[in-house]
Amino acid sequence: MTETLTKVIVDCSTGESTIVPLTAEEIAQRETDRLAWEAREAERLAAEEAKEALKASANAKLTALGLTADEIAAITA
Amino acid sequence: MTLIETKTLGTATTQIEFTSIPQDGTDLLVLISARSASGADTRLSLNGSTAAFSRRDLSGSGSAASASTANDNYIGDMGNSAYTANTFGSTNLYIPNYTGSANKNFSVEATNENNATVVSLRILSGLWSNTAAITSLAILTNSGENLVVGSTISLYKITKGTDGIVVVS
Repeated sequence: MTETLTKVIVDCSTGESTIVPLTAEEIAQRETDRLAWEAREAERLAAEEAKEALKASANAKLTALGLTADEIAAITA
Repeated sequence: MTLIETKTLGTATTQIEFTSIPQDGTDLLVLISARSASGADTRLSLNGSTAAFSRRDLSGSGSAASASTANDNYIGDMGNSAYTANTFGSTNLYIPNYTGSANKNFSVEATNENNATVVSLRILSGLWSNTAAITSLAILTNSGENLVVGSTISLYKITKGTDGIVVVS
């Protein structure tokens, strides 16, 4: 059974609250919002991962040159 | 500062919406104590719209800090079933000049509650690029997840006098 999505409406002029189903438009908008958010999050995470990979690569090259961890930290911090 | 309405959910639902907001205040303050069934996003809708929002925000997770910018109606995280049971995220949303004819800016402080190492604090500056006076406001989750029973949202209005001083009534 599919759950009916609902919302609570509080009328500030009367203080009354009612529970009503979401409209098809509201449901569609939620889905659009969710997909847009997921796309941006994926983009952000990919950028962070790429940055971490570059950092690891740079550290490895500095280590290969003979720098100690403390020396690398001193020039990259 | 005057309480307009407060609502505590007795039934899980995706959204709490305040309509017919009185137009005799200057600013709005929304205090949110909420938890989601699954998704963790807290979203804002003004006058029934989730469009034309933009934001800049700073967040800290305890191990890292980050900054981001986006064009959406996200205002923070409220926590969900992955977080400590029966804990609710806390969010303060402030909207100045809500009846004015300029675009509406707002600010947010938000934290999700979690009795563990993973928790976040966020401060956010947002803009709704719409000049209409705000007559309705809704707090919702992303993609239709329910706010759990016990989630509470309180809406206050703040009235400033002509000299800019807040009138307490």
